[in-house]
Amino acid sequence: MADTLIRPLPAGSGPAAEAGSAQPAGAAPSARRRVRRLGPGRRIPFARALGPVLLIAAWSLASATGRLDPRILPAPWSVVNTGIQLWNSGTLGPDLAISLQRAGEGFAIGLVAGVALALVAGLSRIGAALIDGNVQINRALPILGMIPLFILWLGIGETFKITIIAMAVYIPIYINLSAALSAIDQRYVELAETLGLSRGEFLRHVVVPGALPGFFTGLRLGVTGSWLALVVVEEVNATSGLGYLMYQQATYGLIDSVVVGLAIYGIWGFASDLIVRLIERRVLSWRRTLAG
Amino acid sequence: MAAHPGGLSGPAPAVVLDRLTRRFGTRTVLDGVDLRIPDGQFVALVGRSGSGKSTLLRAIAGIDHEVEGDGGILAPQRVSVVFQDSRLLPWRRVLDNVLLGLARRGPQRAAAEQRGRAALAEVGLAGREDAWPSELSGGEAQRAALARSLAREPELILADEPFGALDALTRIKMHTLLRELWHRHGPTVLLVTHDVDEAVLLADRALVLEEGRFCLDLPIDLPRPRSVKDPRFAEYRERLLAALGVREDEADAPDTPQTPDTPVEVESEAESQSEPETTAAAAQLAEVAA
Repeated sequence: MADTLIRPLPAGSGPAAEAGSAQPAGAAPSARRRVRRLGPGRRIPFARALGPVLLIAAWSLASATGRLDPRILPAPWSVVNTGIQLWNSGTLGPDLAISLQRAGEGFAIGLVAGVALALVAGLSRIGAALIDGNVQINRALPILGMIPLFILWLGIGETFKITIIAMAVYIPIYINLSAALSAIDQRYVELAETLGLSRGEFLRHVVVPGALPGFFTGLRLGVTGSWLALVVVEEVNATSGLGYLMYQQATYGLIDSVVVGLAIYGIWGFASDLIVRLIERRVLSWRRTLAG
Repeated sequence: MAAHPGGLSGPAPAVVLDRLTRRFGTRTVLDGVDLRIPDGQFVALVGRSGSGKSTLLRAIAGIDHEVEGDGGILAPQRVSVVFQDSRLLPWRRVLDNVLLGLARRGPQRAAAEQRGRAALAEVGLAGREDAWPSELSGGEAQRAALARSLAREPELILADEPFGALDALTRIKMHTLLRELWHRHGPTVLLVTHDVDEAVLLADRALVLEEGRFCLDLPIDLPRPRSVKDPRFAEYRERLLAALGVREDEADAPDTPQTPDTPVEVESEAESQSEPETTAAAAQLAEVAA
């Protein structure tokens, strides 16, 4: 074989390196064949925060230079000021609390339901036959479209709101977890049989850890889903909560307050996803994937 | 289950197959196989790919649930299977993989853990107990799999081409290791392989499976440790190759200079290119290891 040196492409050597690799192989004995790196490369510290920070910087710049009409989108600092005022006047606090409670309760119920249904459907043929089709139909129905029906069934109280949130949560968790459960590698099933594992040991050592990556994907979608559903139920029918506050302020043309609400939703969604990711990274430390 | 075979000559058999038949659809893979393996014997099961050797092993292991067939199987209580891939659970550390399914609570737990550590030490993986399987090389992973099977103190080890995915040098070391472990613990071994040299090097007896039946049952009466350079080794190899329907000139790579004692290996295409070097090295190293 030719004398080749295999090593990652150094940063910032883009075009030069590509020109180098375009040379015919073995043209000169001293020529090094550069191998194109296909993985995304080294981790960037605080990479997750970089995008949002840049977005806010651009927003600030546009507001400061007067390019952004405050009637379209107020400047970041005026949003922050409005937020502080709303908090100090005692309007924001209670609404925030009620929203958090709704999202939390809906998420908890959706999580339990999604995991329970996925376990039954993923681990038994009869369970899959009874459950899977129904969940797939449920998934195809838009949650917004089901709101009138649920109002008729449950009224417009908290039960209705939490039910809608739970539905938005259980579906992605069910879909991802049941897919992960039924995709357990047959080779590990064989191994468990030859090792004489009991059904409980098989679940604990093979099925559950094997399905965890899929579960976390579902969990992240579910967390985001809970915030999305929260906005919907609070803006459609509510007398309290962050969505209600935003809706009310919008009718008075108080765009700053609307943006405060949106910013809070955004921060919640971002923070909760970050928490799930951190848990995921700890629990799945055995994995070596592109994400590192 | 077959009746207990008492009153027969020789030691009680560890494995008895009685007219074992296995079918996949209309294709009969095992066609009424009879087999009796004495306790402690090292048997190599050789055959071309698709000859049914893995099917036979899976039948004895009892992991062929969906396969149609009949016949009787008598096998010991404690059976360990070693697969071609190490089949370590990637989400369990090496020691936990070895201890999988062994007593995990109470006073038995400590004993099991000690056995697991001892088994890992025996295969040369002392100090790697807390490693993740993804941190092991192919040879190390396969040694961990051997340790997992050893920790169960098996009466019968079923090995399905356990060294098939390893490079030639690692394979030689694994041969030595397996021979030592067998010597020390004395289990019955059924080794499925497509490597005739491996069979002659390790086994007391080589069986050739052809179209669902044994076409050769060859006792290998060579003193251990064995050398590829032994002229009798070549004889056994040739008999096995003949039973497999491979002639000497077919088995050699086309451009290889023919010398009388160039080892012949029936291997997959991927390995055929480096065959002359590796087998020569294998011959040397096998002697060194011996």
